[in-house]
Amino acid sequence: MNEPVEPGLAAEAGAIAFRLNGVARVVAASPASRLSDVLRESLGLTGTKVGCNAGDCGACTVLIDGRQVCACLTALGQVAGRDVTTVEGIARDGALDRLQRAFHAHGAAQCGICTPGMLMAATDLLARNERPSESEVCDALGGVLCRCTGYRKIVDAVLAAAAGEVALAVPAAGRAVGSRAPKTDGAAKLTGAERYGADRWPPGALWLRAVRSPHAHARFSIGDLAALRARHPGLLDVLTARDVPENSFGIFPDHKDQPVLADGLARFRGEAVAALVGEYETVMRIDEAELPIRWEPLEARTEIGQALAATDAPIHAARPDNVLIRGRVARGDVDAALAQAAFVAEGEFATSLVEHAYIEPEAGYAERVGDRLRIFACTQTPYMDRDEVARVLGVAPAQVHVVPSAVGGGFGGKLDVSVQPLLALAAWKLGRPVRTAYTRPESMASTSKRHPARMRARFGCDRDGRIVGAEFHGDFNTGAYASWGTTVANRVPIHAAGPYVVPNVRATTRAIYTNGPIAGAFRGFGVPQSTIAHEALLDELAERAGIDRLELRHRNALRAGQPTPTGQVLRASCGLAQCLEALRPRWRAAVAAAEAFNREQAARGGDAGRRRGVGIACMWYGIGNTVIANPSAMRVSLRKDGQFVLYNGAVDIGQGSNTILAQIAADALGVRLDAIDYVMGDTDLTEDAGKTSASRQTFVSGNAARLAAAALRRKLLQRLEVGENAELAIERGELVGIEGGRRSAIPLAYLPADARGDVEVGRGEFNPPTVPLDADGQGEPYATYGFAAQLAELEVDLALGTVHLLGIAAAHDVGRAINPTQVEGQIHGGIAQGIGLALMEEYHAGRTDNLHDYLVPTFGDVPPIEVHLIEDAEPLGPHGAKGVGEPALIATAPAIFGAIRHATGVTVRHAPATPDRLRAWIKASAR
Amino acid sequence: MASYLRPELLADALSALAGGARTVLAGGTDFYPARVGRLVDEDVLDITAIGELRGVRAERGGLRIGATTTWSDLLAAPLPPWCRALQQAAREVGGVQIQNAGTVAGNLCNASPAADGVPALLALGAEVELASVAGRRRLPLGEFVLGNRRTARGPQELVSAVLVPPWSERARSVFLKLGARRYLVISIAMVAAVIEPDAAGRVARCGVAVGACSAVAQRLSALEQALVGATLDVRIGARAHQEHLAGLTPIDDVRGTAEYRADAALTLVRRALESLAA
Ligand SMILES: Cc1cc2nc3c(=O)[nH]c(=O)nc-3n(C[C@H](O)[C@H](O)[C@H](O)COP(=O)(O)OP(=O)(O)OC[C@H]3O[C@@H](n4cnc5c(N)ncnc54)[C@H](O)[C@@H]3O)c2cc1C
Ligand code: FES
Ligand code: FES
Repeated sequence: MNEPVEPGLAAEAGAIAFRLNGVARVVAASPASRLSDVLRESLGLTGTKVGCNAGDCGACTVLIDGRQVCACLTALGQVAGRDVTTVEGIARDGALDRLQRAFHAHGAAQCGICTPGMLMAATDLLARNERPSESEVCDALGGVLCRCTGYRKIVDAVLAAAAGEVALAVPAAGRAVGSRAPKTDGAAKLTGAERYGADRWPPGALWLRAVRSPHAHARFSIGDLAALRARHPGLLDVLTARDVPENSFGIFPDHKDQPVLADGLARFRGEAVAALVGEYETVMRIDEAELPIRWEPLEARTEIGQALAATDAPIHAARPDNVLIRGRVARGDVDAALAQAAFVAEGEFATSLVEHAYIEPEAGYAERVGDRLRIFACTQTPYMDRDEVARVLGVAPAQVHVVPSAVGGGFGGKLDVSVQPLLALAAWKLGRPVRTAYTRPESMASTSKRHPARMRARFGCDRDGRIVGAEFHGDFNTGAYASWGTTVANRVPIHAAGPYVVPNVRATTRAIYTNGPIAGAFRGFGVPQSTIAHEALLDELAERAGIDRLELRHRNALRAGQPTPTGQVLRASCGLAQCLEALRPRWRAAVAAAEAFNREQAARGGDAGRRRGVGIACMWYGIGNTVIANPSAMRVSLRKDGQFVLYNGAVDIGQGSNTILAQIAADALGVRLDAIDYVMGDTDLTEDAGKTSASRQTFVSGNAARLAAAALRRKLLQRLEVGENAELAIERGELVGIEGGRRSAIPLAYLPADARGDVEVGRGEFNPPTVPLDADGQGEPYATYGFAAQLAELEVDLALGTVHLLGIAAAHDVGRAINPTQVEGQIHGGIAQGIGLALMEEYHAGRTDNLHDYLVPTFGDVPPIEVHLIEDAEPLGPHGAKGVGEPALIATAPAIFGAIRHATGVTVRHAPATPDRLRAWIKASAR
Repeated sequence: MASYLRPELLADALSALAGGARTVLAGGTDFYPARVGRLVDEDVLDITAIGELRGVRAERGGLRIGATTTWSDLLAAPLPPWCRALQQAAREVGGVQIQNAGTVAGNLCNASPAADGVPALLALGAEVELASVAGRRRLPLGEFVLGNRRTARGPQELVSAVLVPPWSERARSVFLKLGARRYLVISIAMVAAVIEPDAAGRVARCGVAVGACSAVAQRLSALEQALVGATLDVRIGARAHQEHLAGLTPIDDVRGTAEYRADAALTLVRRALESLAA
């Protein structure tokens, strides 16, 4: 589909000749072009990824004469006469090489967008150093960022490749669930063949470049565009609000508050106000100063306090007090309970804006096909995209065909539409295909973030440390548009008392409009923030009551049969106590070791000392949407060619649903995992599986896949006239059933196929049961919950305020690990994001719109992680499974903060605990 | 279309610069990040093919670091022990990809307040050699870097080399970098120190420089004077005081507060000195 410009063999004047993956190439392009652009655009090799164009992410790493460099920082002219190797050049004769196989076996590629860079850096290392140590691996790969894996499995994979051959697990029929089967979509991520949003475009596609507000709040007017267009013949159109048939979108059907293109009023810095569409070079050359836009900056209210105080001029007329929504859960008499409590701990806590920082910036294309529109783009929710785009264009949903690209990380940030409506408008209006890829600064400025929270909480316990009451209020800065603010405000109160038995609770929230960046969905929907508050207070209660921190949590842990703050009684799969028990031996040893270390340091004196600490934190997380129905439907078919196909509407954003769902379907069918092919997310081919968020795909879509496969199996067995225990197989073009010694077979050629080539289809649907919440938040908001406890060990440099993590142990009740490698991968990746939230991530609009001012953890920032999988089966789940995607992250920051407090006595009240903040707190506490 | 020249001879490069304004391109690790979301359409002089500018050589007892010498070249070079700070800095610049492409001279020319190469070279007393069709001149590094992104380089000049003066066999140096994560991090503050002890173990000559705490990294001359004659043992760190850092002008930014920088810089200075005594 992409058009590589095949260069002539003779070097033209100015053309650059070099060897690419062993083959001589000559390219006629501007020698100052970035090598990454030339590889991707001129040569069609899209395996080299672009995550930032600034050297910060390393996704574009290639080898020049065997040494790793960033292709985005290399002038084409500099490779003249040299050897360039890209990810496409690693596989030998189409087979994965040893390093790639090691990545595959270890689950070292999740979304896979960083994988080409990782492989190139590792290839360079292994060519120079056959048996590197762990720290040499980190040093060599340290220039490549990964937002999914937490790096540990990448380190393992490189070390394994260095040690020798690596075996891949190939589960037998009926044994896929519970196995460490490599990802079904893994190979393409390792060879560079996978197509992400920016990797596919139709011939002749135009380029779209959004024009964005430089002000957080401003009125603007756009003057005559004719002169601009006359000056730039390659500029075919400039879209403005006037071009948008229905200029509003938003997550909830009854609250569409965000314009596709702002109409005279920009409410946040980075909001799109116009879109330039035309030839790439023309559109990119246009200087923003040339655009006839007149800005009239207005007072920007970016903070919660400012927005609550300034109700004279609300940010949206529909919310005069700037409060988007309130959430509330109330049970028992919390005031009386706290008044009588033996010990009470209270405090205020704040968190910062956190950016998803997936390595793939938003990208895709749209193309008009007759009276239909096709959109290929990265997304977590193809069906919502379809409906949103149809609404904006004023066409029927069936006229929009969404084909999700592979997704280079999402974490909630790709639940909202980004490029889709802009591309759709342009392609629909111009009748030509249009593509775009956000720049890193654009992605960071314009897409959603984690809500900054301002929280106040009070917890009380009796003399034995039993929690008697919890009070919580959280204000969440939702920014200029609603996005998923409502979900956050509704989810937090349910979780705000923690995974404990708390008889008296009052938890309230507000999501507040400001002129800040849009805060939306981000792994955990507000629960990571509120967990920081309750876990800090539990540590304080433990101290006051003189009870060990782990034991206090164990004593209070929610167990099956006990009511939650919403009055829900979990009947099973409530494994927090087991999680704590799994960590107990390490906890005791680590606390004793840290205290011994500190005594020795204190004896040495001086202020330049180091102190160690150990922290523990617990979390729970409702799987799936809060009360709102969230069904998923899957189909599994047998195709005429003998292949089983999973029509899977769930988008795999790297978390592994393509593999998990296939594992479940394979076992339900009774066939080998590799007999199952899949189609992902295509709105013309698959049914709506709901969004990939709320950790719901394993639990909800997993059930749908299981039911669909079981339905297909029943139908096939019926056709074969064999019993339900028969073995099913495809052998030499025949569908075969074997029961006892009896063999029954039907040639596939005899079976009529439908338009897709399917001869039989099974369908399954699942919608987790919930009970709506009343005005006090009483009800059953989720069908099941994930539980976890994490332990962090660290060392604080008192004089510098820096934190060095020594190790993390995580015990997660996942019901059942369908694929332990992937579950561990989710936990590692969540922990890495939790480390970022705890220690370094803080977005400031306009000041940190890149990956060197906005810091996410690197190879050297994630310590060894020990994972304990607790499998307290969920009767409703497929094979007992629940979700783990979000639970992975939630306990990490509070465990780190608990360890900092243990080490220094300082309670972290403002995340992240950057070195300057921590140093200031340490100094203040010493006074 | 813009012109792009990649000469193989220094003389050709210098005449190109004499012929009109051109942006010099070396490793590109500062050049391209400054152009995110833009096409490169200025006239470029790419100096990476000029063989005579690459590599580290001994010269008059000291070092001559050619302009296109990369951080990786510097790491791989067998340098005397007093150059350790420079190699430690090389290891801390970006990741390996950046070290493989980025040049020492480019780091100086880019003149970022957080340039990791500057403190070590300042402490060592390095000079910058500038070449143009008119000839060559040398400037002490402190006179070359004038401010944030400002240098004394004329539009027709290239930096042809960085020259490090000799230190005695006994001299040792160290570089300490403070950042909020392990790899790929812009310094919140960094310190380089070099101490040359005499035969009796007293400080005969020294250099201490602090970066990221003022628009241009600075030598701490008052401290250096106070150290001369002091016994080089673990107590040497305690000789550094906040007054010695009075010339610094740290600012608040996303990486840290001014107050923190001043505080951390002193800690780093003390630790750097102590590590040289160990
Ligand atoms: C991801 C990343 C991480 C980084 N981390 C660090 C870090 O930790 N510490 C740090 O200090 N720096 C860091 N840098 C910055 C950069 O790598 C260094 O400053 C590098 O040494 C610059 O050298 P270069 O050859 O790439 O310069 P270029 O980008 O080619 O040029 C830089 C500037 O200097 C000019 N120039 C270059 N050479 C000459 C010359 N010989 N004569 C005249 N002018 C010249 C150019 O015109 C340009 O203005 C990082 C950069 C990236 C992308
Ligand atoms: S794209 Fe080159 S480093 Fe990010
Ligand atoms: S797997 Fe590394 S960024 Fe997704």
